[in-house]
Amino acid sequence: MTAPASVAVLGVGMHAWGKWGRPFHEYGVTAALAALDDAGVSWGDVQFVAGGETVRNGYPGYVAASTITQALGWNGARVASCYAACASGVTALDAARSRILAGLCDVALVVGADTTPKGFLAPVAGERWDDPDWLRFRLLGATNPTYFALYARRRMDLYGATDADFAKVKVKNAKHGLHNPNARYRKEVTEEEVLASPMVADPLRLLEICATSDGAAAVVLTSMDYARKHATSPVRIRAVSTVTPRFPNTVTEMPNFATDSAAALAPPELTFRDSIAAGAYEEAGIGPDELSLAEVYDLSTALELDWYENIGLCKPGEAEKLLIDGDTTIGGRIPVNPSGGLACFGEAVPAQAIAQVCEIAWQLRGQAEGRQVEGANAGITVNQGLFGHGSSVLLTT
Amino acid sequence: MPTTAVPAVEGWFTISGEPCLLGTRCTTCGTVFFPKASGFCRNPECRGREFDDIELSRTGKVWSYTDAQYQPPPPYIPPSETHEPFALAAVELAEEQVVILGQVAKGFGVDDLSVGATVELVVEPLYEIDGVEHLIYRWKPVGS
Repeated sequence: MTAPASVAVLGVGMHAWGKWGRPFHEYGVTAALAALDDAGVSWGDVQFVAGGETVRNGYPGYVAASTITQALGWNGARVASCYAACASGVTALDAARSRILAGLCDVALVVGADTTPKGFLAPVAGERWDDPDWLRFRLLGATNPTYFALYARRRMDLYGATDADFAKVKVKNAKHGLHNPNARYRKEVTEEEVLASPMVADPLRLLEICATSDGAAAVVLTSMDYARKHATSPVRIRAVSTVTPRFPNTVTEMPNFATDSAAALAPPELTFRDSIAAGAYEEAGIGPDELSLAEVYDLSTALELDWYENIGLCKPGEAEKLLIDGDTTIGGRIPVNPSGGLACFGEAVPAQAIAQVCEIAWQLRGQAEGRQVEGANAGITVNQGLFGHGSSVLLTT
Repeated sequence: MPTTAVPAVEGWFTISGEPCLLGTRCTTCGTVFFPKASGFCRNPECRGREFDDIELSRTGKVWSYTDAQYQPPPPYIPPSETHEPFALAAVELAEEQVVILGQVAKGFGVDDLSVGATVELVVEPLYEIDGVEHLIYRWKPVGS
């Protein structure tokens, strides 16, 4: 398979992350208008709107693309609303990219927005005895941090990772996000402060687990021909990966009670998390050595370290060294989460994967004020969601 | 005092004698499923549609573990007015080659666990509704 043609990221925009208490589509409109203005494209020229769904806001959330289209003023654009848990935003992005590459449209808007309750993310109300996401709370009291903590503990027992190593991830990301105008938390923290915060799910502490936030992100995608008429050198999407796991998936994954059994069929060479970025590298024909930066899904401090290995920045067990050597800090060999990551944003589920793409675009344009990775020319995003979802987007100048 | 005790979920585990988890095994390829699978085998190389009910191994080794220092949100039903932290473990069963997540037996915490340690299956009360005790499977550390 030859590498697919590029599509252009002509505009990017966000509504700042926080706890604002407004309907989700208001954030979505703000982000969409910012992206349209950034692209220099008028709303009337948008032919396709793809939205990441939110499950917390009733039908307007399920039909997010049409809700936001209506709020912007019906313009006749075709719409698609996509749900893929944390990867929803990139599933929407891939729908837009595919339509452009198929020649079915030139200009698409991708948008994700959420408004979230305080505290643990919990399933929607009602009794559902056939829904593992409902059952894990009822039968086990297993929250999202439960699963993050299982992975963290394995790093400690297998690789000798320490509480201090995990805390250093938070310290780094807090510093990165300090000047990011869209970040919710813009405050430096010390290793001591992280380690003094209350234990939530041993070994993870409150300051090491990402919060839930309100926020929105949007991207204007166009064909390269259209982009060249509007910008001199637009940022390009080179690959999008939305792969599912391969059977048997032998890693305990949220919200499951059990892994697949490997009794009859040997596990695949790559774990699911390894396969997400691998799908993007393969599609683009670009490898991890060619990257300038990465935005990874740091649902917890320890999970960021897992991602270093999952996206090929180092071998298994070497992530702590990469962090401590400063390689993943801005100014280092391969900065990770220059935006500040989820540590500074908190998670706004349908927006988050799009926000990762926005950050890479700003970095590749040299517009990431206060957090710029010098000379950035290639970046990757990666995330994972519930139910076998994951996403990775590879962008270059 | 509760007068009766029932499993908190039907068909996932036995509650009498030495309790064990209940799963299914594909009669075509031998893949094991917990909770029970029905309909179609999920091994992509298998077209099996029939399953034997099986009892899973009662002991396994800890794949990883953690605890819940804060009370989980609904539909979790708190067993007491003030939250008592409890531990959870993902446990690998050697024969079935599957890892199963469960709470850890009452009275045991993360300090009693390590990756690779042996645990066995027990059944304990999870919550009580209208005098009926609802039971759940748990992993209990074996030995010291």
